[in-house]
Amino acid sequence: MSTAATDYTLAELCIVASAEAFRHDGEVLATGIGVIPRLAASLAMKTFNPDLMMTDSEAFLLSEPNPIGKRPADFRQANETWMGFSRIFDNVWSGKRHAMLGPTQIDRWGQTNTSALGGTYQQPKVMMLGARGFPGNSISHANSFFVPGHNNRVFIEGECDYVSSIGYNPARLPRGRSLDDVDIRRVITDLCVMDFGGPDHQLRLLSLHPGIAVEQVQENTGFALSIPATVPTTPAPTVEQLAIIAALDPHNQRAAQIADNPPGNRA
Amino acid sequence: MDKRLSARDAVAQIEDGMTVGIGGWGPRRKPMALVREILRSDLRDLTVVAYGGADVGMLCAAGKVKKLVFAFVSLDFIPLEPYFRQARQSGAIEVMEIDEGMLLLGLRAAAWGLPFIPTEVGLGTDVLTHNPDIKLVDSPYDDKEWVAMPALKLDVSLLHVDRADFHGVCQIAGPDHYMDDWFARAATNTIVSCDELVDSEFFHDPARAREVFWERSATNAIVEIPGGAHPSSCNPLYGFDVAHFKAYTASAKDGGIEAYLSQYLGADEAEYQRNVGGLDAIKALALPTY
Repeated sequence: MSTAATDYTLAELCIVASAEAFRHDGEVLATGIGVIPRLAASLAMKTFNPDLMMTDSEAFLLSEPNPIGKRPADFRQANETWMGFSRIFDNVWSGKRHAMLGPTQIDRWGQTNTSALGGTYQQPKVMMLGARGFPGNSISHANSFFVPGHNNRVFIEGECDYVSSIGYNPARLPRGRSLDDVDIRRVITDLCVMDFGGPDHQLRLLSLHPGIAVEQVQENTGFALSIPATVPTTPAPTVEQLAIIAALDPHNQRAAQIADNPPGNRA
Repeated sequence: MDKRLSARDAVAQIEDGMTVGIGGWGPRRKPMALVREILRSDLRDLTVVAYGGADVGMLCAAGKVKKLVFAFVSLDFIPLEPYFRQARQSGAIEVMEIDEGMLLLGLRAAAWGLPFIPTEVGLGTDVLTHNPDIKLVDSPYDDKEWVAMPALKLDVSLLHVDRADFHGVCQIAGPDHYMDDWFARAATNTIVSCDELVDSEFFHDPARAREVFWERSATNAIVEIPGGAHPSSCNPLYGFDVAHFKAYTASAKDGGIEAYLSQYLGADEAEYQRNVGGLDAIKALALPTY
């Protein structure tokens, strides 16, 4: 029997909402980059999808997710097999992976930018990480995005300054492929949960976090969202889920992930 | 064959304009002592190929880099590498920005003597827009277009390992050898620094022989430099130097690379290690928790 919690943070709500993205994945490598995506994948593996695979964020596959942060000296992680970076690509290109990452820009086509902002390509105004593994991830397997600050600098009006990952943009569709080959799952933000299930892969509102209005989401998105007639509220974490999250994050790193660590219900 | 060389003699084999691959990953097991030897040299106009960290940042800031082939440059816990950003934001370097996996395929193609390896990675992205030299090809087996990831042939690769013998048998005892085996195979001249030089007998234990990821024929030079990965990690021997990376990052805002190098680089590795607190301090650096 699960009991809905009444006292929970927005970070915890986002972890639970993000975990839902992995619910029906079956036996794939769940990669959550960053504290909230990693806790989300870990929570999914510990509860409704025990078939998920997960790494130690270094070089081993685990049968049990590691808690985040410094662990006791006698801690022994549950290694399953070696999973160094070269082998990660064997997994990526086989398609048996679902990654959840936080790009700096996301456009209406679900294309993302992790590389550079403004200026010219030869001399960008703000250089970031680079394309990283986004091109390969986006064309090889399922991807979800987590955005801790939903605003129209992330969800930009035009196309990404640099397109790191393929999305649902017909102008960029490679010959012989279909837009349906692109597999973007959920977009979880501090305001809501979305997917690209609107008409012609339009970004669609799936649920609003407690106390958030539709208008607030649309105002903070640089392009038109697909908004169903009725939009449900993102379900609160259960007491059981909060206990599992606390055990996975004993140093409470989740409290530092969203500005001012607000409560989950902002009504 | 005795492949031992001094760091200076090994780096003297590199010429202006060469393509240099650098092993490791971000702040992990980088051949930093060999990179420092480049910083002490007159070398210039290098094309650097790397899963980059401070190796790339330092070489860019010191004006050694003409072109960078990369997927990311990052110090992990400091996500954005300060001097790489400065180099990009000032337009100082040419770049070939590709996906992490494309870089691996490029090294494999070079290692295997292939002109390219077909892949779907990069399709639909600005990797192709900004790299007009990366061509698309038709498949003889289907009607799709494919990226022909070209071979990334390296004149030189620089790697750091835990242990090696004088023949060039190299052990990586840490959890990941990254793409170092492909850097070794893709290069004409592979120069490997090691934390410890061992007798060949060391490798007779099959568990240790399993930690050797390429044959000695792919190693051309061995340079013994204990602590030679500092400030990057050489797990399990030592972790990366968080305080040093913070000081390095701060220098980008105050003093620049000249101030950083004048404080730390020294005339040789012995002087560098004195400047950063000594070899014992390096070996005492705690391993990171991920």
